[in-house]
Amino acid sequence: MTREEVYEKLNEVFQDVFDDEDITVTDETVASDVDGWDSLEHINLLVAVERAFGIKFTMGQTTHLKNVGEMVDVIIEKLG
Amino acid sequence: MKELDFPFDAEYVLRKKKSLKRSLLEREGVKYLDKKIALLGGSTTENIKLMLELFLLNAGIRPEFYESEYNRYWEDAVFGNPELDDFKPDLIYIHTTTRNLKATPDVTMSAEDIDTILENEFQRFSAMWDKIEERYGCIVIQNNFELPYYRLLGNSDVSNIHGLSNFTAKLNLKFAEYAEAHEKFHINDIHYISAEYGIKNWSDPADWYRYKYNPCVAATPDLAYNLARIVKALYGKNKKAIACDLDNTLWGGVVGDDGPENIKIGQEDAVSELYEEFQSYIKAHRDLGILLTIASKNDEENALAGLARPDGVLKKDDFLVIKANWENKNTNIANTAAEINIGADAFVFVDDNPMERNIVESTIDGIAVPDLGNPETYIRIMDGAGYFEVTGLSADDLKRNEMYKANISRATAAASFTDYTEYLKSLEMKAEILPFSPIYMARITELTNKSNQFNLTTRRCTQAETESFAADPNYITLYGKLIDKFGDNGVVSVVFGHVNDEVSTPDCKIFDIDLWLMSCRVLKRDMECAMMDELVRLAKEKGVDKIRGFYYPTAKNKMVKEFYADRGYTKVSEDDEGNTVWELETKGYENKNSVIAVN
Repeated sequence: MTREEVYEKLNEVFQDVFDDEDITVTDETVASDVDGWDSLEHINLLVAVERAFGIKFTMGQTTHLKNVGEMVDVIIEKLG
Repeated sequence: MKELDFPFDAEYVLRKKKSLKRSLLEREGVKYLDKKIALLGGSTTENIKLMLELFLLNAGIRPEFYESEYNRYWEDAVFGNPELDDFKPDLIYIHTTTRNLKATPDVTMSAEDIDTILENEFQRFSAMWDKIEERYGCIVIQNNFELPYYRLLGNSDVSNIHGLSNFTAKLNLKFAEYAEAHEKFHINDIHYISAEYGIKNWSDPADWYRYKYNPCVAATPDLAYNLARIVKALYGKNKKAIACDLDNTLWGGVVGDDGPENIKIGQEDAVSELYEEFQSYIKAHRDLGILLTIASKNDEENALAGLARPDGVLKKDDFLVIKANWENKNTNIANTAAEINIGADAFVFVDDNPMERNIVESTIDGIAVPDLGNPETYIRIMDGAGYFEVTGLSADDLKRNEMYKANISRATAAASFTDYTEYLKSLEMKAEILPFSPIYMARITELTNKSNQFNLTTRRCTQAETESFAADPNYITLYGKLIDKFGDNGVVSVVFGHVNDEVSTPDCKIFDIDLWLMSCRVLKRDMECAMMDELVRLAKEKGVDKIRGFYYPTAKNKMVKEFYADRGYTKVSEDDEGNTVWELETKGYENKNSVIAVN
């Protein structure tokens, strides 16, 4: 899966989880850019991402994510 | 909403929870039952709350939530807090898991040590429940314990007293005993659903250590659905009847084509055994008080021949009504519902054919129509949905099919009389009309939450409320139990009201009827006359001059719109929504009942 394809799928997940069809995330997107992305919603997002891509993050992979770009790096690594 | 009906896609529900909630709230014409639910958690409850809200809204219950701070469940319950006190919960859910145990056994402990920590651990919980009863008097739903995440003693963990599996099994038994002894206390059986989900995923340490979620986030829809089953049952949302198809539903094959000797039922082969188990499963519902009926496209003769198979489990007599004809099934179900006097929305329609299911589902509002899948999944789908969740078995439940059968006999008898009063007299009716008493409190409370049609104010009550009315000298409370020569109908009518000091004057003492309901199974038996006679008599004893009755229209109670007019009351007001107020002078009231012997 290319980085673009990952983003395509990831945007759908963001749109569903935050119930906003206009969300488009990029490498630089951080939690404060998205309305409703707090710590409680963060876990729902991770679970939805895991299910959407058929992967399971390890604890270490998710505790230090700085932005969406880093999340995509992990997804690509997992898929590879 | 189909997306939230069992078997739902948990992943989808989690991901789409916000838009699902939006769609639920956008539905029109839903009359919600409002309930205040306090969630006291030993782990994070945020997602449980969101999921529970979806499942309850879908069932017509609109919850308002209080959430304890993380892991403050015990303190909130035992010491209370002003916020929770102000909230006045109708129901408290205590979400604790094996991770919340304070003391657990280890191999250095003696048998006595382990008994002591077991007792202490149980006391820690039971003291909390007792405190809740004292402070809030509300319903409590408490998790039992899931199997431990690991087994230090391997297989001996379950059999050796030092094992945690052994320890939680004993605690679960103690919780169950407490539930057995306390009517308002219910167990949310996470021991079962966690096993069904798979304990290694349920207790995912990653979700626990990162977010203090137990179970894992992905399992919260399963947990919440299971919890919603109990809440729905407690608030009268259970189904009451099954309308069952025959061919390829209760047996394999088509009896009209294959002949009764060739349909698959019994012990002949794997498929026959599968259908036999399903028949046993359906038949067991009869003893739970669920009404069994048939809606089948068949010649009646063939349908009965199928049911006459000696190796079948279900027999003709197990069914209250059998509609085997070539009418549409929605028409047949509507007719069956009318014959036994329950709403068509109280049915679960069980049919292997997706086309038939689709027609029934789209023509009968509120009916449950499970997607049964293949014969090997029928039981799992029906069972997981929880249409008939049991929250207390009454003697009435066990006899319900007989009672409805007796009703049908009465209807047959009625047809042979030309004079209706003569018919009523021939029933040799006897009624017990008395103030609420402890042995009927559960049934009385159940009726206030279940009755929709013959219900003037649709006032829903908790058991704590019904108990408090019974104890209040300002109130008159009455239950009515009706017996006749065909059988005992059980408690069928509930009435209560109070002397309203705010509107009474020294010359005119006014009594307000807060609730008047009757089960439709005793319609047109003059039971309401007997109840009114008794109410007026007791009101007079209290020195009441005037009784006020109220009618609040709902989607279902049109049949009692003129109830008070028929009892001799005068209408004094009506507002834009059709709410009416009625009055009766107690002086000069003449008894209306002449066919039922009272007390």
